Amino acid sequence: MSSTKEVAARLREAFNSGKTRTAEFRLKQLKAMLNLMKENEGALLEALKKDLRKPNFESIISEVLFTKNEIVCAINNLTEWMKPEYVEKTLVTKLDTCFIKKEPFGVALIIGPWNYPIQLVLTPFIGAVAAGNCAILKPSEVSPNSSQLLSELLPKYLDKDCFAVVCGGVKETTELLEEKFDYIFFTGGTHVGKIIMTAAAKHLTPVSLELGGKNPCYVDKSCDINNTAHRIAWARFLNMGQTCIAPDYVLCTKAVREELVPALINCLEEFYGKNPQESEDLGRIINEKHFNRLKALLSSGKVAVGGQTDEKDKYIAPTVLVDVKETDPVMQEEIFGPILPIVDVENIDEAIAFMNRHEKPLALYVYSADNKVVKDVLERTSSGGFCSNDCIMQMTLFSLPFGGVGDSGMGMYHGRFSFDTFSHKRACMLRSAGMEKISALRYPPYGSHNLSIIEWTTEIKEKGSVCCIM
Amino acid sequence: MDQMKNTVGKARAAFNSRKACSLEFRKQQLQALRRLLTENEDRIADALHKDLNKNKLDTQVFEIIGLEGEIALLLEKLTEWAAPRPVERNLLTLMDEVYIQPEPLGVVLIIGAWNYPFVLSLQPLLGAIAAGNAVVLKPSEVSENSAALIKELIPKYLDKDLYQVVCGGVAETTELLKEKFDHIMYTGNSTVGKIVMEAAAKHLTPVTLELGGKSPCYIDKNVDIDTVCRRIAWGKFTNCGQTCIAPDYILCDKSIHEKVIERLKETIKEFYGEDPKKSPDYCRIINTHHVKRILSLLEGSKVAYGGQYDEASCYIAPTILTDVSPTSKVMKEEIFGPLLPILTVNNVDEAIQFINQRDKPLALYAFCHDKKVLKKIVAETSSGGVTANDTMIHFTISTLPFGGVGNSGMGAYHGKFSFDTFSHHRACLIKSLKMETVNKVRYPPGSPEKVKWIKRLITKQVNFGKLGLVFIGLLGALLAVLMKVLLLH
Repeated sequence: MSSTKEVAARLREAFNSGKTRTAEFRLKQLKAMLNLMKENEGALLEALKKDLRKPNFESIISEVLFTKNEIVCAINNLTEWMKPEYVEKTLVTKLDTCFIKKEPFGVALIIGPWNYPIQLVLTPFIGAVAAGNCAILKPSEVSPNSSQLLSELLPKYLDKDCFAVVCGGVKETTELLEEKFDYIFFTGGTHVGKIIMTAAAKHLTPVSLELGGKNPCYVDKSCDINNTAHRIAWARFLNMGQTCIAPDYVLCTKAVREELVPALINCLEEFYGKNPQESEDLGRIINEKHFNRLKALLSSGKVAVGGQTDEKDKYIAPTVLVDVKETDPVMQEEIFGPILPIVDVENIDEAIAFMNRHEKPLALYVYSADNKVVKDVLERTSSGGFCSNDCIMQMTLFSLPFGGVGDSGMGMYHGRFSFDTFSHKRACMLRSAGMEKISALRYPPYGSHNLSIIEWTTEIKEKGSVCCIM
Repeated sequence: MDQMKNTVGKARAAFNSRKACSLEFRKQQLQALRRLLTENEDRIADALHKDLNKNKLDTQVFEIIGLEGEIALLLEKLTEWAAPRPVERNLLTLMDEVYIQPEPLGVVLIIGAWNYPFVLSLQPLLGAIAAGNAVVLKPSEVSENSAALIKELIPKYLDKDLYQVVCGGVAETTELLKEKFDHIMYTGNSTVGKIVMEAAAKHLTPVTLELGGKSPCYIDKNVDIDTVCRRIAWGKFTNCGQTCIAPDYILCDKSIHEKVIERLKETIKEFYGEDPKKSPDYCRIINTHHVKRILSLLEGSKVAYGGQYDEASCYIAPTILTDVSPTSKVMKEEIFGPLLPILTVNNVDEAIQFINQRDKPLALYAFCHDKKVLKKIVAETSSGGVTANDTMIHFTISTLPFGGVGNSGMGAYHGKFSFDTFSHHRACLIKSLKMETVNKVRYPPGSPEKVKWIKRLITKQVNFGKLGLVFIGLLGALLAVLMKVLLLH
């Protein structure tokens, strides 16, 4: 088995050979990725079942289909994305060719998380491939079946010199981070995000960090409580709550809470039946460590529904907590589990103040039929993304950038944004050797007449002022 | 130091007061900055003359004009750039509002450089203001007169709480970097760039690093050597070579080597006379530390022209070096001074190989008539930016992103790129609580039928015009009915 140094060196050599530059090569790799997804769906679902007991329905929609769509989007648009962008010029450069050329950075490192172990490592990978980079994937050791499967499948479908999978934990990741990469894309927790960026700083490697946070969900009295409950419950308990953009907690008045809780309880029964532990449609907590972490959070506030746990099964019932205070343990960290605390607020101003007292989250949600309320919250808060009257759906549109801000991360991807993330935008200006008389105006020895002509030809005129005619 | 905490605290409180949210407010600040420039032209020229022996024309061309142009552009485009940017929807979100909303990040730290002390501090400041942020500006202490003037003038023209100036050196900057910012923009060298990024990592602060490198300049054999040498000499010797995108060294075809040296000598005389020390158009090195550093780079190479210096007045003559070994000192670090080494190559492939063996530079220059050769050079190398058949000019086009890659930096700015750099691009999906029938398809319990519907709804991206809105309404209603009928519930 090659050491990480050898793998990185092999990929760099492949990149320097120039083979990833052509659209043909990149399309070939993307089509091979699509075949990988199509021909191994069964194995992928199996691995996800073993790692997270992910229901097939969820695996198909949120892992396989999502990834396939990204690949198809890249295949369909690659030629367009690769085209140089021609730009507006100044008077003195009117006869020149000015454009922005998209170039691969070189060798990228993509570190994936365990909660959507296929999609969250392959989606950025697609962007890296489309943009012409070579890449090392480091899937999460916490979801070992999915990582193992990826390390077996990728070399079967993709160019082995340009793309590699390196499996392992902290030790292997630390070793990898000692190598120089041209881009590092990390999805995971805030704490490790800081370690990654510090390591990247040593080589001046640009980074994208897709982190997390506590995504607030404000529910207004004007909303349709039933639909609201369905959408929130769906988003919260998907993947057993282990979703970076799940609604982390609800803020609402006591009156709204009194309607919301029964609606949520009904909803849970609709979704998972009378005994959710028997439902085929509920996943499991990834491992013992997280199970214990979550179990401890159940003591915050009061259990309105759920609260049951089964350590052997790594099962925690979909739980709603009420009478939760800002200082409770469940409000101190990103929950990342099937627990939904409801915090009482008097009004929207209190809700907004509450949200703003905490770090900027990856997502922020508002449920209200009143557009003014929606816009009010939107304008007075900040978050990676925002969705009103639903949760998570902002992620399904590739035309929207997906990424955090502040503690929830930096950079963005999906669709074209993935391609742009892994591209260097090189400013190119091709002048002719002619027109030297005009160029000569800038040379010393300087005279004041030079100055006025230079000002005139390089100035960008403010709208409404007297326009000059060339 | 508590002082830094207070400064940043003040800026943050001012940001949280939301006064910079209003576009009118931002425009007023930009207009005030414009007045700062026009009302203090002479004082700015004087400070630059004291710091770098810059003359009035250089000040205008390299410091003032660019800033005024940028302000005019921002004033014209701010409303457009700050507006929500609608994006394509899919079938599932046809009835919804979907857009990207640029938002301010918060408190931005801008660390300026000494070589163009006004433009390199104020141009990022313009972008940060336009994007609605509060700013802490730390101009370079090395260009002390310019820094002092900036510190005096900014609070006279701009909002005193939102935009603060902090002066000082390493100690002050280190203290400043302990505070949490929402974006840090640094212009300077790679060594300090790494320190800034490491400090930023502690707070997960995104950074823009405008660094440097050795910007190569390739000269092909069939060129008009007169014009080429003038353009290169201008790029190299402006500001005494202290420009991040100055052509650092020349790689020229063997056959034209002698001619290039001759013509460069003549051009230097044309520009600065027989004794450049006497020319009012020739700058000085920023300080004696850099004079010593630059002079040490002469070791091992032959001085074909120039080489005179006067440490006391920080003068180094425009100097051409030949017989330069690729491993010599002058080829190991960014020169940032008026030494122009010339190395020869046999062909363009050798030049490309030479360039690619080194760190990616901030700029790359190629002088060549053959479009195919130019295309090859651009395709087979990488750099922050490229100008063919001239030097430095790509900097002046605000529609081109200005920034480095690899060791020469990360991120970009100028024009809209500044606005976007200092903004968070928030993905917004404004839905209604209706159309619940369509939504039901994703809820448990799952089924193969549901999977089929989901595939249909999220795969297609749609872009309708205004008339399409009517169609969308009908389609939405039809979809709801269809699903109710077809799904087994």
